[in-house]
Amino acid sequence: MSPRKLKNYTFMAACFGCALFGLVILASVLYSLIGKGLAGFGLHLFTEITPGPGSNGGLKNAIIGSLMLTALSIVIATPLGVLAGTWLSESEKSSKAAEALRFLNGMLMSAPSILVGLFVYKVIVVTTGGFSGWAGTVALAILALPIIVSTTEEMLRLVPTTLKEAGSGLGVSRWRVMTQLCYRAAGPGIMTGILLSMARITGETAPLLFTALNSNFMTTDMSQPMANLPVTIYQYAMSPYESWNELAWAGALLITVFILIINLLATALPRWIKALRAAK
Amino acid sequence: MLSTTNARAVDGDSIFQRLSFSSAILILLVLIGILISLIDGGWQALSEFGPGFVFSNEWDPVGSQFGAASAIYGTLVSSLIAIVIAIPAGLGTAIFLAELAPRWISKPVGMAIELLAAVPSIIYGMWGLFVFAPWFSEGFQFWALENLVGLPVIGAWFDGPPIGIGLLTAGLILSFMILPIITALTRDALQTIPNVVREAAYGVGATPFEVITRVLLPSIRNAAVGAGILGLGRALGETMAVAFVIGGANRIETSLFMPASSISSTIAQQFNEATNEMHISALISLGLVLFVLTFLVMGVARLLLKK
Repeated sequence: MSPRKLKNYTFMAACFGCALFGLVILASVLYSLIGKGLAGFGLHLFTEITPGPGSNGGLKNAIIGSLMLTALSIVIATPLGVLAGTWLSESEKSSKAAEALRFLNGMLMSAPSILVGLFVYKVIVVTTGGFSGWAGTVALAILALPIIVSTTEEMLRLVPTTLKEAGSGLGVSRWRVMTQLCYRAAGPGIMTGILLSMARITGETAPLLFTALNSNFMTTDMSQPMANLPVTIYQYAMSPYESWNELAWAGALLITVFILIINLLATALPRWIKALRAAK
Repeated sequence: MLSTTNARAVDGDSIFQRLSFSSAILILLVLIGILISLIDGGWQALSEFGPGFVFSNEWDPVGSQFGAASAIYGTLVSSLIAIVIAIPAGLGTAIFLAELAPRWISKPVGMAIELLAAVPSIIYGMWGLFVFAPWFSEGFQFWALENLVGLPVIGAWFDGPPIGIGLLTAGLILSFMILPIITALTRDALQTIPNVVREAAYGVGATPFEVITRVLLPSIRNAAVGAGILGLGRALGETMAVAFVIGGANRIETSLFMPASSISSTIAQQFNEATNEMHISALISLGLVLFVLTFLVMGVARLLLKK
């Protein structure tokens, strides 16, 4: 074989090896997640609250707490993110202010989540005098915000100008064109962004450590420390008790499945909505 | 009649305009808020230890002596290990997906790699501690102790306890986490290159290796470098995965097998146990150092990716 061909085949094999490397890691993560997670899986996860050291129990309070934190933070981040994205999409492409805010939004998106936790700790936990579900909600909302902003902007930019012109031509005011025509047209795409931001914050642990903290009680009181899955998983996985470790793996499986479902929804939902609209 | 509708319409427009503008400004306010709260919270430690905070290696919560050097070292070295592995591996995967594999392979494999990015970091931490670390200890560290320790320069890196966790393990777990980002960004960049470029290069008789390394890769150089730096930025700030496997020792050691700690893992592990104000303030100043580091790295990455 000529050296040229040899080099070529070695290179191609190396690239194949790289792809295989990623697949092996994914397979190993999923294998241990399913294997160890199913061992502790059962209905008791949803009906019993987190146990004390060494005893048995479930994750009911953590699951409910996580759902509340995630849902509320999305409720806060969505209107703000959509409005901010609208402003960015409406501004001139060359506008300096929009350019700067777009850049800052990117920086916020990649800011380490633990720093957002420290920020909310200083601003809310210290001033209100204690860890609370609200503090956790705000931290998660800050993490979801930049994702919603950037997808909203991208999706609104895809709305054809002719649609806006048709609206304006009928004498409709700008904000009505925006809310009733553009949001409707870009809606499925914006929905994808919201779902992706939800998938991102569901697994976030670091920002909750100093905001919502964790709790071993069943509570829906947002002004108190709040049980949540990620911090429970962290504490139980790091503990020496076997029953806690088992619960941590079950919780990890639960949270990963939830995130995968949201990710799938994020790609499937826009298609469903479009198909529904076309059918009408 | 006409004038009232007009007045109402104008009103709606300006309210909507103001609402959306204030929401956009909120992004700026949050970022400034993060910076101010970190400076304010860390001020006590920063004014006590001065610039020495960044260079001092002593982290002693009991004696109330704080220096960030060991945490900064842990953050930089683990992130460096991560990109040294993830950049070639990610680039190779991207080339395989975009250039070499047929569509029926590249589509599902690409989706699987993207799945890696959706797995939350705490799962990587658990997997790293319970699955990867034992394997790494038996499969690599014992072998390295016998075969690599004698080597000049790099030998000292592998001279340590084969306990599975430590600085090198943290770097490896980070590399697995940033692999999908680097793969996705470089694959997308490769796919934007028009097909005529490939056809021209293959037309003059080049092998795939020559087409990719001499024609395609040079043309996506900026995007590839940007992807690498973006991965680096992710690795610098990653907390939970590192907290599980780095070992939590505030020391600087030559051996990569030794337990260490990063900025984020120190904050995560010590914040809720910190009892005196100076300790909390020192941890928040660590956060400030991390903020500056990531801001610089991410700023450069975004500028490169935009070009």
